[in-house]
Amino acid sequence: MPDPFDEAVLRPLVPAVIGVLVRRGADFATAEDAVQDALVEAVRSWPADPPRDPKGWLVTVAWRRHLDGVRSRAARQRREEAVDAEPGPGPTESADDTLRVFFLCAHPALTPASAVALTLRAVGGLTTRQVAEAYLVPEATMAQRISRAKRTVSGGSFDEPGDLATVRRVLYLVFNEGYSGDVDLAAEAIRLTRELRSLAADPETDGLLALMLLHHARRPARLRTDGTLVPLAEQDRTGWDLALVAEGVEILQAALARNQRGEYQLQAAIAALHADARSADETDWVQVVQWYDELLALTGSPVVRLNRAVAVGEADGARAGLAALAEVDPGLPRHRAVAAYLHDKDGDLPTAARLYAEAAALATSTAERTHLTRQAARLNSSLSIE
Amino acid sequence: MPKYLILKHYRGVPAGTVNDVPMDQWTPEEVDAHMQFMDEFGKRLEADGEYVDAQALSPEGAFVRANDEGTGPVTDGPFAETKDLIAGWYVVDVDGWDRAVELAGELSLAPGAGGRPIHEWLEVRPFYGAPTATGD
Repeated sequence: MPDPFDEAVLRPLVPAVIGVLVRRGADFATAEDAVQDALVEAVRSWPADPPRDPKGWLVTVAWRRHLDGVRSRAARQRREEAVDAEPGPGPTESADDTLRVFFLCAHPALTPASAVALTLRAVGGLTTRQVAEAYLVPEATMAQRISRAKRTVSGGSFDEPGDLATVRRVLYLVFNEGYSGDVDLAAEAIRLTRELRSLAADPETDGLLALMLLHHARRPARLRTDGTLVPLAEQDRTGWDLALVAEGVEILQAALARNQRGEYQLQAAIAALHADARSADETDWVQVVQWYDELLALTGSPVVRLNRAVAVGEADGARAGLAALAEVDPGLPRHRAVAAYLHDKDGDLPTAARLYAEAAALATSTAERTHLTRQAARLNSSLSIE
Repeated sequence: MPKYLILKHYRGVPAGTVNDVPMDQWTPEEVDAHMQFMDEFGKRLEADGEYVDAQALSPEGAFVRANDEGTGPVTDGPFAETKDLIAGWYVVDVDGWDRAVELAGELSLAPGAGGRPIHEWLEVRPFYGAPTATGD
């Protein structure tokens, strides 16, 4: 039997318990506070006295906390008669209620940063301190961000239809943040996407999960121990997690078979082709370009156009890649880095070296900057030998 | 314990002095050695209990000031040259000025071209502290 005190057992119960409280009439913000209080209580009392039904225990304690809160507010307002309600009989669990907690936390009225923070707390069950550490901001700042976000969505009705696409975007943002502090945000995003998928079937949610799994599989090979970046072509593919690859590919294939393609499925299809190649040389770049064509037709995204130019460079040669790059907005981040790579591949080393150095100055992370500087250094030292 | 800011600048190596070859002219191995030195410096500060914060700044950016009422802010930039732009910093919490200078001195010995120290200038600035309980 799993230890119910284990955070990994406790946290998945959080959105369902909030959902039950809101269904019983608590407003979202106070329900969320009451459940966090109940979690603290659980961590304190469960090791000595584990409940038989952890979720029922959390619902009972959180509901009591909620009523205490309502009573003390009512007392302050001299309206003692306001509450004496015990919940009426009814279902204690509903997948729809849990799903609505996902929807509220990803509400379109929230900024992306607020939606991410609220999702991690109310859906992920993380503490404010954990969310703050993951995003490297002071705990008081994160507490304010979360409480403002709760106020923003609390006015909304719990019965409003939600939007799966906004939830997916929030989970994608969480995944992309990667790893810092003691919370593995990528793993957390995967867990929450699995949960979302069990609540509402949708091929794009499958596509998002497949995309995450396929990228997560590469993580052990992606960074050196000193934090520098290993580009895809140079990664030690024996370090990839093949179980995650297999799961991602299986989920993706089932989703694609339903013929409702969307951007996450298409991105996952590209990731799957990389995962499928035993070495960088064996990559089926022609097919990668085809998926990029479809993705570009669907999204019109300039970033997709840029990535497509790299793929064209691999499929049809550096000159073709440079021709494709000529149609991409040069103001895009990484445009210079792609140009450097394609000139490098084309054998124009002085131009490539200059562009790598320029790209390094424009990099958005120190890992990327170091990688690009190193590329410039490699070409410059080979040029000075000649 | 007092806190000090140790500032790194782009072009922190005075031109014409000891070892001012720009980084993209080093060998890849020299770049790696430099990064490893910086990584170990940060880890040592943490292990010593002197680390507070470290950040690196991109050279991108602009100066901003308020314009006349209602016409929005005015920007000046991006910067024409990176000379003397702040590249990043360490914040350390140490026994005093001498220790902060000692740490900056160590950082200045980061290896560059040929594996020789770059001897870059670092700026050390004390933070104002809170008033002490006994200082009135």
